[in-house]
Amino acid sequence: MSQPTTSQPTTSQPTTSQPTTGAPATVPNAAADPGGARHHLLSVLVENKAGVLARVASLFSRRGYNIFSLAVAPTDDERFSRITIVVDVESAPLEQIVQQLDKLVNVVSISELAPERAIERELLLATVDADPGQRVEVAALAGIFHGAVIDVASDRVTVAVTGTPDDLDGVEDLLAPFGIVELQRTGRVALPKLGSRRRLQPVADRAG
Amino acid sequence: MRLTGAQALIKSLEMQHVEAIFGLPGGAILPVYDPLLDSSIRHILVRHEQGAGHAAEGYAHVTGRPGVAMVTSGPGATNIVTPLMDAMMDSIPLVVVSGQVATASIGTDAFQETAITSITQGITKHNWLVTEAADIPRVVAEAFHVATTGRPGPVLVDVPKDVANATMEWYWPSSDELDLPGYHPVTEGDPALVRQAAELVLAAQRPVIYAGGGILKARAAEALRALVDRTGIPVVTTLMARGAFPDSHPLNLGMPGMHGNYTAVTAMQRADLLLALGSRFDDRVTGRISAFAPGAKVVHVDIDPAELGKIRRPDVAIAGDCRVVIDELVTALDQLGLAADGTAAGGSPAARRPDVEPWRAQVRTWQAEHPLRYRQEEGGPLKPQFVVETLRDMTPDDTIVAAGVGQHQMWASQYWRFDHPYTWVNSGGAGTMGFAVPAALGAKVGRPGSMVWAIDGDGCFQMTAQELVTATAERIPIKVAILNNAYLGMVRQWQELFYEERYSEVYLSPDLPDYVKWAEAMGCVGMRVESADDVAPAIDKANAIDDRPVVIDFRTDAFEKVYPMVPAGASNDDIIEGPSEGERGR
Repeated sequence: MSQPTTSQPTTSQPTTSQPTTGAPATVPNAAADPGGARHHLLSVLVENKAGVLARVASLFSRRGYNIFSLAVAPTDDERFSRITIVVDVESAPLEQIVQQLDKLVNVVSISELAPERAIERELLLATVDADPGQRVEVAALAGIFHGAVIDVASDRVTVAVTGTPDDLDGVEDLLAPFGIVELQRTGRVALPKLGSRRRLQPVADRAG
Repeated sequence: MRLTGAQALIKSLEMQHVEAIFGLPGGAILPVYDPLLDSSIRHILVRHEQGAGHAAEGYAHVTGRPGVAMVTSGPGATNIVTPLMDAMMDSIPLVVVSGQVATASIGTDAFQETAITSITQGITKHNWLVTEAADIPRVVAEAFHVATTGRPGPVLVDVPKDVANATMEWYWPSSDELDLPGYHPVTEGDPALVRQAAELVLAAQRPVIYAGGGILKARAAEALRALVDRTGIPVVTTLMARGAFPDSHPLNLGMPGMHGNYTAVTAMQRADLLLALGSRFDDRVTGRISAFAPGAKVVHVDIDPAELGKIRRPDVAIAGDCRVVIDELVTALDQLGLAADGTAAGGSPAARRPDVEPWRAQVRTWQAEHPLRYRQEEGGPLKPQFVVETLRDMTPDDTIVAAGVGQHQMWASQYWRFDHPYTWVNSGGAGTMGFAVPAALGAKVGRPGSMVWAIDGDGCFQMTAQELVTATAERIPIKVAILNNAYLGMVRQWQELFYEERYSEVYLSPDLPDYVKWAEAMGCVGMRVESADDVAPAIDKANAIDDRPVVIDFRTDAFEKVYPMVPAGASNDDIIEGPSEGERGR
């Protein structure tokens, strides 16, 4: 047990004392992305106060943790917002990221979602070159992914597609031959799969 | 009762039993300084805001109560950024109140505007920008709560000028009216884990207690003493924990780390169990982490869960307050049959404990064979260690010592004998040069009945010496021993050892400035000592002065280096105990 713990997350668990839930701050099985990076989803409930997003973002930057994507929006309770962060657990062990996040006073609770146990969605908006003859083709393509054309000009169309991050990667590839003028993705949001016995797993909800 | 925001702020500080504020007024904080005139709180007018911050830290170090500093917006606020960072690194409870431009001007690059809450985000435990006068009591109560509970740390409350001028209906929040839904520090350790830790203690043949600053923050010195008495385990006290366990106790091995003594460093390397209590495996302690204490199981107790496994993965990790967890550990050991005097009840698990005496004997052998050493030659250049030892021997046991950062700090930590907690005030994690003089001033305000000496370097002294004007004006009679070797000595040491004696920008001159004249100009008594024979008489004279600060300019040997030393990035096994023969006597 003498190796430093700053590089690879290991599957062996320390006997960490966990504040409330009794659930250890585990380093769960990270899903391997096609790119080989190991990503994990954190669902972070924060106070809906000025500057909270900056606090979260600056924590990642100053501790050298990589964010793959980040989405933030108010929850049904106006006092709180939820930040969905896809973190790169290559840059630091998830457990350490969670514990440092939890020290932010405005962070109320943190839940961890393993990708295989989560429903993920992301929104993509793309404007592509399409003359009148190509419009139908682009619209059909969007339709395959349950998307739609949402704006049209004489030589361009804008489509909106919602899907899993993998689906949207595919949409991007398929739109590329038309000529992508502008493209914007939101970053993913996620909830636990229904029927999964492991719902949002609280990994920490106390500050140190 | 209608109050202005400014009045509410001062009243809130009174409600927190603040007795002293270190500060310097300016435009944006002006409204808050007016009700201060009518308050019982003592304000100490510093000469630079950095001095206010370090003085508040010194106050907090020796009292355990939060230090309070007040500054204006813009440069006033940025000047206290360094103390905030220092307090963050060393977990010092600090409450800084900063003025801010009026809310309508925020974001317009107004005169003396800076977004200090953004700037200090990463170096405060938390900070607040107050936008309504009515929020002031609650925010102040939250600020003190966050600063002093859990892992202590600095906080900043930024108060726009119009908020200070607005009126509000006074109230004082109860603890459940604080709006901190995400803040719940842990204190008690998990009993099952404490039991596991106790079992590891009883199984260890070569245990070492690795005591850190958390012992002092948790006021756990007595608890630690009880644990050592029961277990007979040797203790190392880190730079931040000096005084947490008496140096005169035979089981105290002293300071580990880069400039730790041979026994403390080697005992950790050879240990089969490290009981890390309120310590954080700092790189200055561990050396190359992959080579640190390779055979040791680790029990890590810290109030900050993020420290557990951050550097070294513990075998048992207990999140909790050190005092509470040590008490729990002592109880668990008791239940396993280990009595308070260290004897084991027959048939109990403790009766099967391996004999630790051979380990203690090994430790004693190391202590005898590898003491700290230096040589003060008759008529030779004045050795800094001799000054520290003489000062130690000529001052009361509970003298408070403050240090800056560098060689003098290491010599002070090595050669002083800390037998009381809260007598050592230094900048550990941050390594802030210039810490000593303002920190000593703050310490003296907090403990006016104690003698306070700053042991400072000539480089450090020049950074914050102006606070001696504060000390004179406010009648805070601190004493300063400058170990003046005319160099940025620690940097010089590294250039000598690792850069082939290519000295780059480290020479400072012994007499520019003239420290005696400078001290006198600031209303202090100034003295100069150039030989070993004159050390004791000067200290005698300084100790007799209690109506103004004293500065002694000790002209020490520039060639003297801090040993032992583990070079940066090296294994602690490669400790260098002293200069090679060729280096000696130069």
